[in-house]
Amino acid sequence: MTTVIVNILGLLLMAAVVWWFWFAGRRRAVAVADGRIAIQVAQGAYTPDRIAVPAGTAVDMEFTRTDPSPCAGVVQFEGLDISRELPVDTPVSIRVRYEAPGEYAFTCQMGMYRGHIVVQ
Amino acid sequence: MTEEHTSTPHPSASTRLVLEGAHCSACKNAIEGALRGVPGVTRAEVNMAAREADVEGDAPVERLIKAVEGAGYGARPAADDTQESADAANEAYYRRLMRQTIIALGLGVPLMIFGFFESAVDLTWTPLRWFWLAMSAATGAILVISGHHFFVGGWKAFRAHSATMDTLIALGTGMAWLFSTVIVIAPALVPEVARHVYFEAAAIIIGLVDLGLALELRARGKTSQAIRRLLDLQEKTARVLRGGKEQDVPVESVVVDDVVRVRPGEKIAVDGVVTEGRSNIDESMLTGEPIPVAKDVGDEVVAGTLNKTGSLLYRATRVGADTALAQIIALVRQAQNSKPPIGRLADVISGVFVPIVILIAIAAALAWYNWGPSPQVAYAIVTAVTVLIIACPCALGLATPMSVMVGVGKAAEAGILIRNGEALQTASRITTMVLDKTGTITAGHPEVVDVRTVQDHARERVLTLAAGLEAGSEHPLAQAIVAAAPVAAEQLPGVQDFEAVAGHGVTGSVDGHVLAFGNDKMMRRAGVEVPDAWSRTSDAMAEKAQTPMYISIDGALAGIIAVADPIKQDSIDAIERMHRAGLTVVMLTGDNRRTAEAVARQVGIDSVRAEVLPDDKKDQVAELQRSGETVGMVGDGINDAPALALADVGFAIGTGTDVAIESADVTLMRGSLHGVADAVEVSKATLRNIKQNLFGAFIYNAAGIPVAAGLLYPFAGLLLNPIIAGAAMAFSSLTVVTNANRLRSFTLSRNAS
Repeated sequence: MTTVIVNILGLLLMAAVVWWFWFAGRRRAVAVADGRIAIQVAQGAYTPDRIAVPAGTAVDMEFTRTDPSPCAGVVQFEGLDISRELPVDTPVSIRVRYEAPGEYAFTCQMGMYRGHIVVQ
Repeated sequence: MTEEHTSTPHPSASTRLVLEGAHCSACKNAIEGALRGVPGVTRAEVNMAAREADVEGDAPVERLIKAVEGAGYGARPAADDTQESADAANEAYYRRLMRQTIIALGLGVPLMIFGFFESAVDLTWTPLRWFWLAMSAATGAILVISGHHFFVGGWKAFRAHSATMDTLIALGTGMAWLFSTVIVIAPALVPEVARHVYFEAAAIIIGLVDLGLALELRARGKTSQAIRRLLDLQEKTARVLRGGKEQDVPVESVVVDDVVRVRPGEKIAVDGVVTEGRSNIDESMLTGEPIPVAKDVGDEVVAGTLNKTGSLLYRATRVGADTALAQIIALVRQAQNSKPPIGRLADVISGVFVPIVILIAIAAALAWYNWGPSPQVAYAIVTAVTVLIIACPCALGLATPMSVMVGVGKAAEAGILIRNGEALQTASRITTMVLDKTGTITAGHPEVVDVRTVQDHARERVLTLAAGLEAGSEHPLAQAIVAAAPVAAEQLPGVQDFEAVAGHGVTGSVDGHVLAFGNDKMMRRAGVEVPDAWSRTSDAMAEKAQTPMYISIDGALAGIIAVADPIKQDSIDAIERMHRAGLTVVMLTGDNRRTAEAVARQVGIDSVRAEVLPDDKKDQVAELQRSGETVGMVGDGINDAPALALADVGFAIGTGTDVAIESADVTLMRGSLHGVADAVEVSKATLRNIKQNLFGAFIYNAAGIPVAAGLLYPFAGLLLNPIIAGAAMAFSSLTVVTNANRLRSFTLSRNAS
């Protein structure tokens, strides 16, 4: 009996992992107002990590990194030839502009910090 | 850092000034009042603690400084100290990690030794149970003190529906600790054989991972040594002539048109033009060119280079972020952080890596629980923990960027600016290198080396007429003719009806004579008959790598003028190095075939495309690409821009430190072809290094995870200890960084020989 319960629990846990990391993540993107958005780089995540921008419009993303771990030290943008160093506690403003609608990731060099820009 | 802000929306909106001589709050008011009085200032605030003024508005810095000085204090723009503050932050972080390591290992290691005793976990004996309860609390405290960043980071990432290395460490150590604590509190829950605790594993793993991070931080510092060296070239102060006096001022407050004095042994502080004196300047730190360059009035000097012999006065032309040095630093930084396509697969994998590892861990635990030997519960927990701990997404993610960082820096030290990671990767795959002859293989300063005239034409007369015809032309060959004329350029006879025919030559009237000047095609076009003896003379000249040009006066051949462009001394060696690197070397030139082939023979070139019109260079590159070659094109960056842009990798060969040639994938700061060979060697070495790193990281994870899951247990009885897994994981990313650092000692074959 215990064996059955443990196995069911284990399988449920696996299903929960799949659901949480692959399917539940589609939260609403934070819309960018007046072309600027501040993004915190701290404790393993960008906050907010999902922003919505109109296609063909330049947006200034102001990153402030408080995490001293070198992993967080660079931010790069998928599809754009942009990568910037983020010094600790110094806001760095980066202007990005996507022409085609779609979803683009912005990540640290190792892809552990991960955010998305939804271009509409 | 100024160059990081080039794309900010309000580049001049906020200025930070460092104040001197301000001590009291009265000073604060005086300075703020003075700054607010400057037109364009919208806000001015003085921070007495930091001795800084924050000014908003679009007033120029010089005006702000003058205003503060007018109020009786000193001011300068805040320095670009990002590198230093980054170093300080890294140092503090390193010390924190080491402290956390010592605390965690300090408890974990004795606990592990104690665990070696047979009856260490006899929980039926009450005092021992109390001891383990205390240990649960102690190791719990260690997870908080030394490992809180894993838990906080893992939790934050989890809430954002993502998972990182933190997630794995937090889950692994958390599970080990929780399972052990449950056993101590309620031993009855598991069979007696399964009553083993893993407090020491939790503590030691946290300690090892912290240690790995600390060592990695140190190793990473070394990867940025090249950029540090460039930053160090920046002079801190400059000796400026203001109001008839010389005074040392911080380099940030030098403005355009300031006159600066530099003495022997000092570095040039900002870019400028020499107004007085002469000297030799060592530019090797930027261009790799070992021989100092002579500078005279009117010559340009470049920030960061070293004045050797004389004292100079120069007028500042570019300051701050505009200097060539600042632009080079910005370019190198940008390139160091960019990622070549080879790293993309690792990016895709690392994006889904952690959740997959969690799934594998659960699956492994279930497998052990269902089919494993007794005690199943303990085995299930241990394998899950080991799988979580051994997986290392970091090594995978670090593999590419670390090598690019070192490789691009290495290139920069040799005077080679690589635009981005993609250019670096493509450069390593080049199969054919196309070289433009003039100015690349040859010096680009052709000279008249031979003049033969038909009997009744005087040599001087022919040269004068030819020079008169060519005087208006900017073609390098034309300039050689003008330079060889017996009279000065301004006394040359004027030309009428001048016409340049591409690929042929020029025609026009000088002194009432109709002239045609050019190759045999030109002569045919002009209806001039060339006797066989003369065309043999012409061929003989071409065989000697000279460019012979016929001149006809009033429809009759008057002679041949031969021009030669001396081959650069090191072209032969550099082309030999390209051959050794497996490249086919092709020469493009507008010159006639015989001359081109003669030059090619002298320098050892494989294939020649002669008589190519300037606009056709692009087509030649395209043709090579169609035949399946990966083409590198070397040119001067201005005339060859379309061909450079079309080539897979365009190499702009610079003259000195002019980084204006920004369109190219690779910019060579000195005019030698060795730079091309260097760039190819560095890119090949870097790509090899990246592949080693990626291979290592893939193999490590692909082999480590199944072993941790216990795949070898049925065959070899082998099961990994979670502590071993922790050590392997902590040092795998360190290995990647260390391997990347190996690139720093890579020597270019030019230097090696």
